[in-house]
Amino acid sequence: MNDREDAHAGGRVGIWLFISTEIILFGGLFLLYSMYRLKNPVDFHAGSLELNRVLGTLNTVILITCSLTVALGIAALERGRPKQSAWFVAATIACAFGFLIVKAFEWTAKFHHGLYPNAPVLLSLPKGENLFFGLYYMMTGLHGIHVLVGIGVLSVMLVRVLRGTITPGNPIYLVNSGLYWHLVDMIWIFLFPLFYLIT
Amino acid sequence: MPEQVTHTGEYVPYFLHKGKYPGALSWLLATDHKRIGLLYMVCIATFFSTAVVIGVIMRINMLPGHAILTPQQYNAAFTLHGIIMVFLVVIPAVPTIFGNFFLPILIGGRDMIFPRLNLFTWYLFVFGAVLAMVSVFFGGGAVDTGWTFYVPFSLKTTVNVPLAVFAVFILGMSSILTGINIVTTVHQLRAPGMGFFKMPLSVWGFYATAWVQILATPIIGITMLLVVMERLFGIGVFDPSKGGDPLLYQHLFWIYSHPAVYIMILPAMGVISDIFPVFSRKNIYGYKMIAFSSLAIASVGSLVWGHHMYVSGQSDTAGIIFSFLTFLVAVPSAIKVFNWLATMYKGSIQVEPPFLYALSFIFLFSIGGLTGLFLGALSPNVQLHNTYFVVGHFHYVIFGGMGFGLAAAIHYWFPKMTGKMYNKPTSVVAWLIVFVGFNIFYFPMFILGWEGMPRRYCDYLPQFTTLHQVASIGSFIMVAGLVLVAINLARGLVAGAKAEANPWGGATLEWTLPSPPGHEDFEEIPVITRGPYEFDKKETGV
Repeated sequence: MNDREDAHAGGRVGIWLFISTEIILFGGLFLLYSMYRLKNPVDFHAGSLELNRVLGTLNTVILITCSLTVALGIAALERGRPKQSAWFVAATIACAFGFLIVKAFEWTAKFHHGLYPNAPVLLSLPKGENLFFGLYYMMTGLHGIHVLVGIGVLSVMLVRVLRGTITPGNPIYLVNSGLYWHLVDMIWIFLFPLFYLIT
Repeated sequence: MPEQVTHTGEYVPYFLHKGKYPGALSWLLATDHKRIGLLYMVCIATFFSTAVVIGVIMRINMLPGHAILTPQQYNAAFTLHGIIMVFLVVIPAVPTIFGNFFLPILIGGRDMIFPRLNLFTWYLFVFGAVLAMVSVFFGGGAVDTGWTFYVPFSLKTTVNVPLAVFAVFILGMSSILTGINIVTTVHQLRAPGMGFFKMPLSVWGFYATAWVQILATPIIGITMLLVVMERLFGIGVFDPSKGGDPLLYQHLFWIYSHPAVYIMILPAMGVISDIFPVFSRKNIYGYKMIAFSSLAIASVGSLVWGHHMYVSGQSDTAGIIFSFLTFLVAVPSAIKVFNWLATMYKGSIQVEPPFLYALSFIFLFSIGGLTGLFLGALSPNVQLHNTYFVVGHFHYVIFGGMGFGLAAAIHYWFPKMTGKMYNKPTSVVAWLIVFVGFNIFYFPMFILGWEGMPRRYCDYLPQFTTLHQVASIGSFIMVAGLVLVAINLARGLVAGAKAEANPWGGATLEWTLPSPPGHEDFEEIPVITRGPYEFDKKETGV
């Protein structure tokens, strides 16, 4: 094997190890969520009614779409169409921004209603709702940071595809970025029902 | 012996190799695993010295009439000592220094599989260390919570907790990426013929440790982030006034921090397993059992965290289960000890400095391990919890185990890393002073704790005076020994005799290289036909 093959095979293994650490990172939060939901079922129910399901669904659709576009981007590159691939990656980045914009509207609306940690309105509500919103901001916030990182990573990939430093023969960086992006998508697939749908 | 030569035909040691960058940049931008190992070593040696000084100040403080610290300063001192030692020294030391330097060589690879990621982990490590140091001097002062950052105190105290725990988060990221690099390297870069069961046992130690680093560290990451968010925004997840449960913090903290002690000890055990066969001139006894026991310790050890919480209000059922699992994890540890003893049996023993450290490792680790069972049993724990017994136990395991393992590794690989040999008689004397001082220092702590001296107190009742004096004197002896160790190694580095390629007669791959190795470890990747400890077959080829 030469260095490039090493890097390729290694990158395949490394990214899966990295993804498992991300799942465990969020796992700590899912653990807290389960415990507190178990202890405060009524308050969590009330909390989730405060969230806007339409916007949540919209964001879910956006994220699933950009998981598709990034996969198409990888497929296009592997079939030797770097230009098409670049378009798909660009579309993914655009969707990611769309997600964050919707999220910003959601958060702003909640802030308007005084539903943020340490706000007098929230403090006057039952303890369980405080926990619900504490976890809501923590989990969607951490997820949002991952989306931001994803935008950064995919932008680098976009430039590299356009410059031809990621090629059909050496697609590992784009493949791995795509896997990371699917992870970001998948975490949202869990967050969405936990906060918006289960009532 | 294959000589390393450049294209101009002359052999150049790795630290004189002229790469892409000149001068200091050739180190700061190094992707050579050996140089990165040394970068880590310089940092860790600095942190270790700092934390030792803090420890000595605390021991002076415990001498009657020498209360040189205010209670608040004492709280900050034991916290800093703990944070530096745990997160900046003991967790990273063996994997990052010796894992980096030797793991690729031991498996016949060219380098770590992700050399640039490897350098990045060092920068993360330094960044985390700088943050931790900054937190001491700014934003309310040095953390006084103990290295465990228990809520609710860590949420209420006015000192700079957010920055300190964020530093731990960054250090955790560094540790995770190192773990990923090690696991992937072991899977992908073994030389032809280097099956998993032909790997030296130190590699098994690094490998098992790396899995724990990957699987456990994210949990401390998220826990530390939650503490930061709690401090900055009051999200409430650990705050009882908002419905949060402090006990959950303890669970999350120990889900990582108990496996972390296996991150500390496993690589040291691996190195010890390499050292005994070499100095007994005999194949290791029970190779597979030692390899599997590393994995067993790593996996069962991940399920015992609740034994830190017997008196925290977890359920009795949980306590019984955690206690049972704690006793279970003693089994693979004991398997290793018996295998090391059996390796020496009827061996042709060569008493050299690394061997002495390895022997004392067994002695001290056994005391540390057995006293761990006192603490892991439910009812004695009620008496011993949060006493000096815990401090004694922990230091016997971590300093006596990991620390002596680290010292063994340093003395074993020093000639290979530097190309020089230290003064052996001096190092034996230094070892003796450290060993004797260590026991005078830490053994009284078992008695103090048994009699009820609580840990983390800056003062004590009169009946504890004598034992505290003994412990303090022991600490001074031990530190004097450590200084002698350092001087001896420094003198060896500057003025030592030139080391041979294989001064100990080892049969693992690093000894087939010149001392020190060249920039490219192997001119040609070797083909492995024999086990790592088959000394009789050594001459017939690699």
